Amino acid sequence: MLSYIVRRVFNAIITLLVVTAVTFGIFFAIPKAIGTDPALLYIGKQSDPAAIEGIRQKMGFDDPIYVQYGNFLKGIVAGREYSNGPDVTDCPAPCLGYSFSTDQEVTPLLLEDIPVTLSLALGAAVLWLIIGISFGVVSALRRGSFVDRAAMTTALAGVSLPVYFTGLLSSAIFVYALGWLPESNYKPFTEDPGQWFTSLILPWITLAFLFAATYARLTRANMLETLGEDYVRTARAKGLTERVVIGKHALRSGLTPIVTIFGLDLGALLGGAVLTENVFNLRGLGYQALNAIRQNDLPVILGVTLIAAFFIVFANLIVDLVYGWIDPRVRLA
Amino acid sequence: MSIGATNARPFLEIKDLAVRFETDDGIVQAVSGSTFSLEAGQTLGIVGESGSGKSVTSLAILGLHRTRSNAKVSGEIWLEDQELVTATDEDVRKLRGGKMAMIFQDPLSAMHPYFTVGSQIVEAYRVHHPGVNKKVARERAIDMLARVGIPQPERRFNDYGHQFSGGMRQRAMIAMALVNDPKLLIADEPTTALDVTVQAQILDLIRDLQEEFHSAVIMITHDLGVVAELADDVLVMYGGKVIEKGAALEVFQNPQHPYTWGLLGSMPRLDREVRERLNPVKGSPPSLINLPDGCAFHPRCPYAGRNGNRSFTEVPELRGDAHKVACHLPSEDRNKIFQEEVLPNL
Ligand SMILES: Nc1ncnc2c1ncn2[C@@H]1O[C@H](COP(=O)(O)OP(=O)(O)O)[C@@H](O)[C@H]1O
Ligand code: SF4
Ligand SMILES: [Mg+2]
Repeated sequence: MLSYIVRRVFNAIITLLVVTAVTFGIFFAIPKAIGTDPALLYIGKQSDPAAIEGIRQKMGFDDPIYVQYGNFLKGIVAGREYSNGPDVTDCPAPCLGYSFSTDQEVTPLLLEDIPVTLSLALGAAVLWLIIGISFGVVSALRRGSFVDRAAMTTALAGVSLPVYFTGLLSSAIFVYALGWLPESNYKPFTEDPGQWFTSLILPWITLAFLFAATYARLTRANMLETLGEDYVRTARAKGLTERVVIGKHALRSGLTPIVTIFGLDLGALLGGAVLTENVFNLRGLGYQALNAIRQNDLPVILGVTLIAAFFIVFANLIVDLVYGWIDPRVRLA
Repeated sequence: MSIGATNARPFLEIKDLAVRFETDDGIVQAVSGSTFSLEAGQTLGIVGESGSGKSVTSLAILGLHRTRSNAKVSGEIWLEDQELVTATDEDVRKLRGGKMAMIFQDPLSAMHPYFTVGSQIVEAYRVHHPGVNKKVARERAIDMLARVGIPQPERRFNDYGHQFSGGMRQRAMIAMALVNDPKLLIADEPTTALDVTVQAQILDLIRDLQEEFHSAVIMITHDLGVVAELADDVLVMYGGKVIEKGAALEVFQNPQHPYTWGLLGSMPRLDREVRERLNPVKGSPPSLINLPDGCAFHPRCPYAGRNGNRSFTEVPELRGDAHKVACHLPSEDRNKIFQEEVLPNL
């Protein structure tokens, strides 16, 4: 098991290095190749040539790409200094550079967004796991029944309707038409738990609806497959009660594939639920990302991308570890 | 019914057993009109090509079609004085793994991949001995592993199925099946998925344990050689029906049904070249959705219609314990064909 863990962690680190290199390359090498000057993006086109040159020196835009990349990595690990003669700016680790549009450090900007995205993603995840899995299991056990057909029809709607449709529709109904919920106005949990909760209800439901649909279908399919397995027949042949046969023997393997997809989904969402955050005006990573893209704010885009990549790689790592824990054939291979 | 009559009942008695499945393609009549019995401590062999209804029959005895909503079982299954087709789910569940147990063809897929072999045996023991604590159950499981010939049972207790070799896995499955001293053991092609070299060992093991535990055994196989060696009685199944039955020695030495002849002809024999050995019955098994009229074997039978026999009319179902055969050929003709045309080629 230990060597398995070490292998997985090592893989994760390599993956992250590759991801940073590629993203860095895309965001900084390509503008260079097509002749856009990042210094201009930073300071605005009207500025005088001396100021532009100063910025270029200070940010190191003229250095070779591998030097820039090296400095960028160093900034993340150990922090860095930007200097042009006596003009020195200190950026502590993990330094992701400065926003082109607001001149602020990227790291604190993004750190502020993470709790919003985290609240949205985790809350929705709890909802969709409970709903998706229970409907999936019941549908599989009562295959062809009314519950099965109703759940699967709803699930089909869930997978096919986009978030900006269900999100706006649910806002229109519950906030504006019925007035059951206040207009979404996010407050951190630490400041006002009540408002935190009410502002997140609709986003949670909207996001969970989308995912629960997929999970219900997946769970149903997995369970049906597992229920046909020889070892489930063995469990029955031993005289175990249906409760144990389903709840222990079938569920254990029926839900294993869910672990993978859940890890990936959650990892991806933690990097920013772009549509949901924008529909509900939640200032999380996804909101920030869209904003940064609109303003060509490369350092922020790069920062969000890296955080997203980190979450995905991290989630993958967790999935691998959980898998090894669940399935001895993986662990002992 | 008098008490005397109840006592006269065989240990296991199956009457007119029929199992059908409703599928999208139509109704699959997997087993029909099956009648046979088995005395305590005896061995019944069931042979037939794949798809002839052997597994469906054994699953019916264990009541394992009950969880399939598309399955319909009818007829009577008497285990001593308890009728199982009409018994409640809970009553049948209590018998499963307790008084009657089963081992399956492929021990790898029959074991849960996520639980240790030992814990699966412990689970089987404790469900029928609710008062027993984990430690005692563990000792019992290790004892069973040792009795089925698994070396270092203490250590192997904690291994998973995939860490066992094929033969050891099947031994472990046998340990799991026998952990509650079942009076009836059904072995559904227990050696088919194994290497030839371990097949004989597993069969020997089953025979030894049967003597030790005094259980009745239903040995399902498509290998008539196994039946000849192990079974007291034999059923030959074709298209979901019993088409020949009788004492194993007699069926083996004096087979009566053309299909049984075909099975004998397909048996491996030491005095033949490997290449010529396998000589399966020509043609393919019948569709169980549209069974051929009359004798279901007639499309493949070289003697169909011979000497004016009425192969296309319904063959009577087989009852009683004597050597019986479901074929319209008059017995003199049958004996003549066997002696003159079949035996020389076997
Ligand atoms: N659950 C099921 N649904 C439909 N058909 C089935 C089912 N189980 C078995 N059958 C059919 O019943 C027939 C007999 O199967 P089986 O008893 O497994 O044959 P075998 O003699 O090889 O053990 C086969 O044609 C099989 O396809
Ligand atoms: S009844 Fe006719 S077809 Fe059937 S086995 Fe006998 S000879 Fe062959
Ligand atoms: Mg079978």
